[in-house]
Amino acid sequence: MNWISPRALSRLGVLGINARNRDFVARYNPRRAFPLVDDKLKTKRILQAEGLATPGLLHVVRHQFEVRGIESRLAAQEGFCIKPAKGSGGKGILVIERREGGQFVKASGARVGIEHLQRHVSNALAGLYSLGGQPDAVIIEELIEFDPAFTGLSHEGVPDIRIVVFQGYPVMAMLRLATHASDGKANLHQGAVGVGLDLATGAAIRAVQYARPIREHPDTGQVLDRIQIPDWHSMLLLAARCYEPTGLGYLGADLVLDRSKGAQLLELNARPGLAIQVASGRGLRPRLHAIEARVADRIRESPEARVAHVVDAFAVEI
Amino acid sequence: MTGARVAFWLLVSGLLAIGGGIAWLRHVQMEIPFLPGVAQTVWLVEARVDFVATGGPVRISLDLPEDLPGFRLFTEQAASPGYGFAIVDVTGDRRGEWTRREASGPQTLYYTAQFIVQGDRQPASVVGDPQPRAYFFEEPAATAASQLIGAAMARSSTPESLTRELIRLLANPDMDQNAALLRATDLGRAELLVHLLNLAGVAARVAQGLELEDARRRRPLTPLVEIPVAGQWQIFDPVTGRQGLPENMLLWQRGGASLLDVEGGGRSQVSFSMLRQSVPALQLSQAQFGDGVLAAFGISALPIEEQGLFKLLFLLPIGALVVAFMRIVVGVSTSGTFMPVLIALAFVQTSLVLGLVSFISVVAFGLLLRSYLSYLNLLLVARIATLVVIVILLISLLSILGYRLGYSTGLTITFFPMVIIAWTIERMSILWEEEGPGEVLVQGGGSLLVAALAYLVMELRIVQHLSFNFPELNLVLLAGILVIGSYSGYRLTELRRFRDMRELDR
Repeated sequence: MNWISPRALSRLGVLGINARNRDFVARYNPRRAFPLVDDKLKTKRILQAEGLATPGLLHVVRHQFEVRGIESRLAAQEGFCIKPAKGSGGKGILVIERREGGQFVKASGARVGIEHLQRHVSNALAGLYSLGGQPDAVIIEELIEFDPAFTGLSHEGVPDIRIVVFQGYPVMAMLRLATHASDGKANLHQGAVGVGLDLATGAAIRAVQYARPIREHPDTGQVLDRIQIPDWHSMLLLAARCYEPTGLGYLGADLVLDRSKGAQLLELNARPGLAIQVASGRGLRPRLHAIEARVADRIRESPEARVAHVVDAFAVEI
Repeated sequence: MTGARVAFWLLVSGLLAIGGGIAWLRHVQMEIPFLPGVAQTVWLVEARVDFVATGGPVRISLDLPEDLPGFRLFTEQAASPGYGFAIVDVTGDRRGEWTRREASGPQTLYYTAQFIVQGDRQPASVVGDPQPRAYFFEEPAATAASQLIGAAMARSSTPESLTRELIRLLANPDMDQNAALLRATDLGRAELLVHLLNLAGVAARVAQGLELEDARRRRPLTPLVEIPVAGQWQIFDPVTGRQGLPENMLLWQRGGASLLDVEGGGRSQVSFSMLRQSVPALQLSQAQFGDGVLAAFGISALPIEEQGLFKLLFLLPIGALVVAFMRIVVGVSTSGTFMPVLIALAFVQTSLVLGLVSFISVVAFGLLLRSYLSYLNLLLVARIATLVVIVILLISLLSILGYRLGYSTGLTITFFPMVIIAWTIERMSILWEEEGPGEVLVQGGGSLLVAALAYLVMELRIVQHLSFNFPELNLVLLAGILVIGSYSGYRLTELRRFRDMRELDR
């Protein structure tokens, strides 16, 4: 049968959903901290207050009557990104790269009119993309111009880096690349490519699509195992610093590398997925337990010291 | 284990103990069966009194059974037109009394009772201190009696062995002249034995038993002999000498009072007819213990309408347990957490296949219409409201269509929760747009799978029986849900999801 035995999974230290929810999310993430990350607007405010790099906020739409005004508000912007504040799993994110003859060009290359943008914003306001359909706000933020290091790595969409941070210590990282199959989205279960990254160096360990190892990007043909994330240390530091302002002990930080501004935090996730283990080819559990043990008998360390520790402790032996 | 874990398991075992304990108590005390369809044997016995009235006032008094080893009186009634009937208690002896101012000619009175067979055949205990009553035989029977007693005494040591010995001697009149002489008197064997035992100082008495055989008519009572031994009445068959109450022997009359007294009539006679019946144990329990303390925990005390509601309501926890199991342990993804339970409840009323067909067709139609709605660029709330209206129209259309085609069952489709269906359509259509039809199939199929499973569990007769008759078992379900909720192992689907990590396991 095409299954893995629970014993083998346990030997690999793989964390299951139930254990993640019970032993980590429920234990280390205080309920009151959830709204901070479930609402991208609030997340952005905290991050900005803390001086953590994040794409600039251009405009917020809160009410239906403001929808008609977005055209004039965005007149000065060539490209931008529309996000529902409470959207989950990348739902409802609309990236406009540039304009062409009064129309807007999406990341996929498709052209849409202003009515499409208005309808999209209106849907998002009504709660189409939010959990439980509650009324939402829409944020419009600066477009990320991604670093040339990522050229050819992503089909549509921006390649982003997911770092799981446990009690302030980055414990695992992967690069997520959108594919044609994933329709420009960075969700692994929709067919995006996940590249496991060595926590010490930011170099690729292995790459998977649909949980199977691959060597090349299925759309661009780019070789994946030679990827090296530039400016890796500052990314780790940025992720590690998310712990203090949010109070979330178990979080997933999504980062991108902007051509001019460097590492930027896109969003935080209080229930980061488990696919990162498949991409990295190793389980989270041993690392989480190691951090638990370290925190249990030590005074609090600074983000710099935490990053220094994980670079040392979780480097991939070659 | 940490303190929290200990407290958790204490809570779980407490719930199990309380729920299971109350259920057990109610099972034992109120005889509510744990299995559905358990039937109990009930004997329907009819006593018929025939006599010829002399024309004046009539009073008939029939001894009625009480304190029955092996049986319990379930119902009783008397049918005799023109007669007043009452059950009176004459110094601890229950008697049925028929009265009438004037009657003449042949008369027939009926007394009918139902007796439940019980496993417990403990002999009745002796009340007070029964004393032997003197009886004077006439000569030469008196001498024969004292000689027979002497012979029996010599070969016995206890009242029981004495009784057995006397029965043996009386049974063989050819061997013993005294026995032959006594047998020649016009006393019955039981009476004779009782008199002999009384003479010997044993407070014996006659009891009348009814031998129960299915569909027998006009049976007389069988005389038996009771003697007090160590606080209990031991029963002997005066002819065979068999000790103990035979199976199927209903002790109708005990304690020596007369079976039938007739005033104002003559040529009286009592005969019995009987019928073996099988009655659902549940019905028996409700009829007998309907207003006990423990019945307060049951729903059968509520009006029928509310009972029907609760019958459905108590199936919900079962569905919730199935959903919790399927999502947490198996890892099936469903659209809407408890939507499958509501769908399963609808299935309970529509039947599975019909329910599935109508649910899928309504949702499919809804999805088609919903795809048109997205062109209208409506606000979300209005769109859902539109869907609710569309769903109701679709359902009425299907019902009418089904009715025209001759399926009156089509009408049961209205049991589906409309708003839930509307939301399901909306979610599915968004899912379709965002994640593609594959995900719609996965989540929709998952929901229907869980709903069908919950339905199948709910439809089990034993589940319906237990959930309705033992509502306290919900605490046991709760304990089960708590245990599932604390499961932190891998889900079944994760074993597949992570299957390609096998190569990494060395």
